[in-house]
Amino acid sequence: MIYDVLIDGMTYRLELSRADGKWACRLNDKEIAIDAVMTRRDVLSILIDGHAYEIKREKSAMDLHLWVGPVRHEVVLRDPRSLVSRRAAAGPDHGPRKLIAPMPGKIVRVLVSEGDEVEAGQGLLVVEAMKMQNEIKSPKKGVVRKLVAATGANVNAGDVLAVVE
Amino acid sequence: MGLFKKILVANRGEIAVRVIRACRELGITSVAVYSDVDRASLHVRKADEAYGLGPAAAAESYLNIGKILDAAKRSGADAIHPGYGFLSENAKFAQACAQAGIKFIGPTAAAMEMMGSKTRARQHMEKAGVPFVPGTSRGLESPEEGELVAEKIGYPIMLKAAAGGGGKGMRLVHSNAELKAALEGARSEAQRAFGDAEVYIEKAIINPRHIEMQILADEHGNTVYLGERECSIQRRHQKVLEEAPSPVVDADMRRRMGEVAVRVAQAAGYTNAGTIEFLVDADKNFYFLEMNTRLQVEHPVTELTTGLDLVHLQIRIAAGERLPFAQEDVLIRGHAIECRIYAEDPDNNFFPSPGKITLLLLPSGPGIRRDSGMYEGWTVPIDYDPLLAKLIGYGTNREQAIARLIRALNEYFVGGIKTNMLLFRRILHDPDFQAGKLDTGYLDRLLKKEEDRTAVDGKGAELAAIAAGVFAILDPASGADTSSRHPEASVPSQWKRAGREESLR
Repeated sequence: MIYDVLIDGMTYRLELSRADGKWACRLNDKEIAIDAVMTRRDVLSILIDGHAYEIKREKSAMDLHLWVGPVRHEVVLRDPRSLVSRRAAAGPDHGPRKLIAPMPGKIVRVLVSEGDEVEAGQGLLVVEAMKMQNEIKSPKKGVVRKLVAATGANVNAGDVLAVVE
Repeated sequence: MGLFKKILVANRGEIAVRVIRACRELGITSVAVYSDVDRASLHVRKADEAYGLGPAAAAESYLNIGKILDAAKRSGADAIHPGYGFLSENAKFAQACAQAGIKFIGPTAAAMEMMGSKTRARQHMEKAGVPFVPGTSRGLESPEEGELVAEKIGYPIMLKAAAGGGGKGMRLVHSNAELKAALEGARSEAQRAFGDAEVYIEKAIINPRHIEMQILADEHGNTVYLGERECSIQRRHQKVLEEAPSPVVDADMRRRMGEVAVRVAQAAGYTNAGTIEFLVDADKNFYFLEMNTRLQVEHPVTELTTGLDLVHLQIRIAAGERLPFAQEDVLIRGHAIECRIYAEDPDNNFFPSPGKITLLLLPSGPGIRRDSGMYEGWTVPIDYDPLLAKLIGYGTNREQAIARLIRALNEYFVGGIKTNMLLFRRILHDPDFQAGKLDTGYLDRLLKKEEDRTAVDGKGAELAAIAAGVFAILDPASGADTSSRHPEASVPSQWKRAGREESLR
């Protein structure tokens, strides 16, 4: 298999195959001798050059993170032959940005109105969960195009609260 | 009379599990109570019996005295352990238990009431010769009275709510000019938080240490102290990491603090387990702050350094037994440190992070104790305090306890939700922490420092890249091509995408 792996803003070309329990691995055209075993769901033991590593996987409906030691890497894995992947690679960096609820909770305050100009990092709404009130901040400088959330509403993780463009 | 036959645990989370375990060890049947969102929680799984209380809101479940007593009667429990938080320091609840003929495992309602008001406690303790931070022992009548007192004891001063706790209704004041507004603010906050606007003045001790003394008192007049806990590492007045013994307390200071703590307990007619909190200034002067009339979250560090089981002893004392040892039998051995694992994200202003725990890897080995209320596959509800578990490291000395904790934190992994686990690595590696240079401003200072991210190198990313491919090959069913799961990439066509963007404008 050939993958393009996007990690922390860098893209790696990974060529990986397995035959008779042995792995063949090339990363950015560099041959690496690896041994890999999945010790349980979401946990991988990898041996490289005598060094042992444990990698843990966190997966949600939205994204994939891999932990190497105490460091959490955001990972996007693409099959470069797939059309969907090539389109996704164009990235969502421009245009409107959605404000996603990071956790389930209740909207206790809405601090802006549709049409307001906001700065990156400015608080737009306050969500309460676990007895704590938390400000949800704007992901970018722009104009509040849409405000879906209303005071008093319950929201789930992943719900779109507002759109800033 | 023997020990109880059946104990109802009026709590949830790790402390309910802790008490249920003690019941099992003592051969006592345990009864859990749970709200609708806690049906699948660990304490319900571990108990012998369980009764539903109703809706998630604490007022309709864990704080509802009528429902809890109802469950106690239905189950035939002869005692109730309140844990910490919820009803544990509610004198009305203790009273209601007594009236229902059910033993409340804790102090009497009268002792609780005396200690529940900081001003009333202060009046009693002054008579008992307990050292106080200079200030008033009753609520302020007016800003003018406040100015007089403040000038007498000297600025800066602290305004505090008499019914307070958790930092609510507190104001630091530097001059007369600030006093009036601060008093109004503290009063209205106290009224809102506790239904009581009484506010008093204390001299402010800037960045004190927060050190507390554990006591146990039986119902036959015997009271002992079990050594101190250093609790200076706090964020927004909430403890994060505690240890025993304190790096600054020597045997002589421990004895003096312990004797004051015993005097406090005896002046209040106190029984069962309790904790006397002290502020300690830079010259190691200690001042009585308040008494917590319950088992503390951080009780395990005392258990590890004394070899005693505080919950067993609470149950024995409540059953009328005498303390099985005297003060001179209490020996402090080794060092213990507790990390409070919270479901919150330290990289994002300690945002709460409820949700499903998708992966849980547990530490073990020498000197490690874990008191936990979570399990893999459990969904952390949004409705309660975010404390998930406590990881406690024990060693012959402080250095070994630190090393064991760092090692155990490497083994511990909670996936699917954010936790504050990485914060403990920072604290435990910090030279000031290792030198024992602690005060209540410590954690804020540490968090302001730029974090050393040198550990983040390209090698980790390369490993992650390889691992991503290996996972995709070995476990193809769970998302080989994550790009198709990426929300921004899930739009099937550019036309639809453009259309949707259009409709959002």
